[in-house]
Amino acid sequence: MSKFKKKTATSQEIPTSALPDIIFMLLFFFMVTTVLRETEIKVEQTLPKATQLRKLEKKSLVSHLYIGKPKQPEVYGTEPKIQANDVFINPDDVVLWVNQEKDKLFEDERDQITISLKVDVETKMGIISDVQQELREANARKILYASIKSVDRE
Amino acid sequence: MARSKRGEAGVNSAPMADIAFLLLIFFLVTTTIATNKGLMLQLPPKPDPNQPPPDINKNKRNIFTVLVNSQDRLLVEEQPLNDVTELRSMVKDFVLNFGKPDADSRALYNSLPNSMKSQVLRDPNSSDHPGEAVVSFKTDRGTSYEMYTAVLDELQGAYYEIYGDRVGISADEFRDLDRKNPEDLAKYEEAREGIPMAISIAEPSKVGGE
Repeated sequence: MSKFKKKTATSQEIPTSALPDIIFMLLFFFMVTTVLRETEIKVEQTLPKATQLRKLEKKSLVSHLYIGKPKQPEVYGTEPKIQANDVFINPDDVVLWVNQEKDKLFEDERDQITISLKVDVETKMGIISDVQQELREANARKILYASIKSVDRE
Repeated sequence: MARSKRGEAGVNSAPMADIAFLLLIFFLVTTTIATNKGLMLQLPPKPDPNQPPPDINKNKRNIFTVLVNSQDRLLVEEQPLNDVTELRSMVKDFVLNFGKPDADSRALYNSLPNSMKSQVLRDPNSSDHPGEAVVSFKTDRGTSYEMYTAVLDELQGAYYEIYGDRVGISADEFRDLDRKNPEDLAKYEEAREGIPMAISIAEPSKVGGE
């Protein structure tokens, strides 16, 4: 039996010197992909589910409008509100906001601006249609109803 | 010189992994993978105040009406409908009806793959040809956004399936066509040629209130 005696000379520890490298790689991946949120969303956001999603072609042309019930009903009430950047705006101010957003773009890209509407599912169509009328007025006619890929249908 | 003999002069790198882990967890938690996906829609241009609204003299059979009331109930072609998912096949049948094709749309019909030709119903009470067919979608101000997107999803899905079938790819593949790539662009143009995505979204009624 002694013939098969295990050699104990080799160490059985896993070398961990490469661990930091692996962790750093993961770290860099997440650092690069992270987009720090520049605006704090103050309205409820449960996006609807849909199947026919399209990806946006150019991110720089997109401006976001958030619509939904305010998260702080004691301060802002329970009626759905429109949030642009950091503030709540009225439907009448949408044209002004669109023009401000257009000013941030290059001149030849201004008519390609896309408005991404991030609307809570519980919102009623009234306010959304008001916003759409204003967007038509402001000539920002490309819109995107942000939604999540639905997996249970199809 | 005597000093260097004592011990090794190296930085202890064992806690480096811990520090990296800490940073990793921080970024993991704060990351929100941007979801720039959704239903795309092109709004109509704003009406010119100097011109009266154009008369709608379209034949009723060329308009496929979808109404949703404030209770989120569907009325499709004047018939109540309970299941939203049925809309897709109804719209497909409507668009590809070819009830009374003219010369152009006959050529269009002949260019369709055989699997699509077999779906053509030729119902005289439905649309004349795809170029004439319009899907009209009207909601109430009290309709929920969830219902609105669900219906719009089905309507657009019907068109994407038609486009996909036409060039022999699935609707998903059609939507993912990269229009900056000339090969994909050609496919995209070919699929849409003659069949415009005519989804007209009417201004909502005010029956239900907000």
